Amino acid sequence: MRYFAKRAIHAVVTLVSVTTITFALFRLMPGNPAQAMRAQFEADMEAGGGTADPEVLDAMVEQHTGFDPDQPWYVQYVEYLQDIILYQDFGHSYFYNDPVFDILFTAMPWSVFISVYGLAFGYTTNILLGAAMAYKEGSRFDSYMTVLATFLNSVPYYVGAILFLAFFGYELGLFPTGGRYNTSLETGLNVRFMASISYHAVLPIMSSFIVGFGGGALSMRGNSIRILGEDYLRVARLRGISSTRIATRYVARNAILPLYTQMMIGIAAVFSSSVLLEFIFTYPGVGWYTFDAVMRRDYPLLMGSFLFFTIVTLIGILIAEFTYGLVDPRIGSGDHSESY
Amino acid sequence: MSHTNESGLETDGQLTDEQLFGHLAEADTVDLSRRERLERILDAYVLAPGRIAWNDWRTRVGILVVTLFVFSGTIGPRLVTAPGTNQAPNDLRPFHGGIAALWEEGGWIDFGFSHRLSLGAISVPGVDIRFPLGADNYGTPIGRNLVHATPDMLEMVVAGAIISVGLAAMFGITAGYKGGKVDEFLMYVTDVVMTMPGLPLLIVLTAIWSPRQAWVVGAVLAIDAWPGLARALRSQVLTLRQESYVEASRTMGLSSSTILARDISPQLMPYILINFANAGRQVVFGSVALYFLGVLPFTSANWGIMMQTAYSEAHALVNLSNFYQIFWPMAAVVVLSFGLILFAQGMDRVFNPRIRARHAKKVGSDEEQLN
Repeated sequence: MRYFAKRAIHAVVTLVSVTTITFALFRLMPGNPAQAMRAQFEADMEAGGGTADPEVLDAMVEQHTGFDPDQPWYVQYVEYLQDIILYQDFGHSYFYNDPVFDILFTAMPWSVFISVYGLAFGYTTNILLGAAMAYKEGSRFDSYMTVLATFLNSVPYYVGAILFLAFFGYELGLFPTGGRYNTSLETGLNVRFMASISYHAVLPIMSSFIVGFGGGALSMRGNSIRILGEDYLRVARLRGISSTRIATRYVARNAILPLYTQMMIGIAAVFSSSVLLEFIFTYPGVGWYTFDAVMRRDYPLLMGSFLFFTIVTLIGILIAEFTYGLVDPRIGSGDHSESY
Repeated sequence: MSHTNESGLETDGQLTDEQLFGHLAEADTVDLSRRERLERILDAYVLAPGRIAWNDWRTRVGILVVTLFVFSGTIGPRLVTAPGTNQAPNDLRPFHGGIAALWEEGGWIDFGFSHRLSLGAISVPGVDIRFPLGADNYGTPIGRNLVHATPDMLEMVVAGAIISVGLAAMFGITAGYKGGKVDEFLMYVTDVVMTMPGLPLLIVLTAIWSPRQAWVVGAVLAIDAWPGLARALRSQVLTLRQESYVEASRTMGLSSSTILARDISPQLMPYILINFANAGRQVVFGSVALYFLGVLPFTSANWGIMMQTAYSEAHALVNLSNFYQIFWPMAAVVVLSFGLILFAQGMDRVFNPRIRARHAKKVGSDEEQLN
């Protein structure tokens, strides 16, 4: 239990650190976005024939960024944290003129949807394929699959996405080339709408599958082969333990462990890859909005989406860590490693 | 003989033949053993690894591919004319005048004189290829563009790989070995960096700085690449520090730095070197992605920029007749990373002590004498 509490505190501290870094980045942005925004409002108001009242301008900037320009940075920082933690206020999008939180919150499930499936499929394939390769070590299947896995490993996910889109999307017309669902359909919990969602998600999930695939199969193969040579397996065989029990309890469990750690790292990679994938598939998730924010220099939205990605990644890692204890019993009792 | 010897003894005074030849012989053996030693070093560090490497097709292909890219990155730009617009016809298809020329007008079997090298009526295939990979819709030859993008790419890869592997080694080894509070703090920093999603972070960072030099881009991209490796190194060290020989060194009272240098680092070096190639691959992926998104400033020729122009201006995905424009830079990325992975796998074999022992001459000979 202490372990879980520790990990949870760890996650919160991480989140605060990332928020701090985000705040610092926002302040470091070229030409200070708050000032740029202020100048923009001033120009707008004067173009409209009115005179720019500095107090009104400051209020507008504050509404968009959540910062009061006249306050010292540490007060701004505390208020920034306060806004996010207490009011979930990430500021106001400059371009969409909506609260950043609302924009991202509606986009988030879509990104998680395509990423999580890609990750899940990728890792399942890795484990099964790696185990099969280790079982048939040295066979023709093993050597061909090794080459294939190496090759797939060297294909960046966005190259995969581009190829999928060009051939399955545009050339063959098998799958839609953009969007989250068919907009002419009635939204809600009906079968056709659900089918449309999964239909539109096929290509993005196939592409994020490549991200999850990584070198996983090869490392699973390597781990399994190494474990197959261990003494305790021979002992287990001598003790007459059934081979299915050896395969699942002794080999698979120990071989999966390093992969599990790798998956925790992979979670961050999968979520960050969504920027490119959603750009390529014009899939309006958080990644798509992030890219859009960069192009339009919509800094509040950019920082908000950056924080959103971090939070989702943190939650993912936290879930993975909590279940890690189930996979590796040694971790649960952890935190007593001797210090030299 | 004896006479001259004796006379020689008399004239030369102190120097006897024995002294003279003995000295020479001694010098000779010293000289020989030094050469032998050099040979042994050469065999152990250059020849045996080389033989192991060359015996494996993966390393051979890997070395070949990496060499090809290094070649086109260093000498290539001097051999190939700098790319520019309107050097070639707009939207020139690849292999024009080459393989595709079989079915084209004025192709291989041509009764005109358009080809520079022709035997009578039949032109020599492939000779007329001036722009083998075609040109984009501004008439910029793709092949030249690819070659001229390579030096910057290599600079990014090397800078990014050195920085990320260096940071990872520093964090991972210290954290894993020291344990306790140091480990906790270092892993906390690693976790923070790892949790921040790489690409969005890089986008924000490059929006701040918009780096122009290739090595700066590589250094920025290293931020995304090191935490995973640091974690992996830490877990390696965690298992190594439990090994009996490390425990023995510790019981003997050797200092941490000695144990790290003598017992742990040699075990990790192969792993670090292999990950050098992997970090390089990650930098390639990342930089091409950022250039493809158009987040980084368009400076010189770059594969990502080529993909971006092909995507947004030639509409290479919608109009598949232009697909070759996006295909070549993508192929360059894939081939380079494939080469790097194969190279890394080959290095894995080179460092594997079991395979190594089989190939080393001098190590094996002692045992054979005993038998």
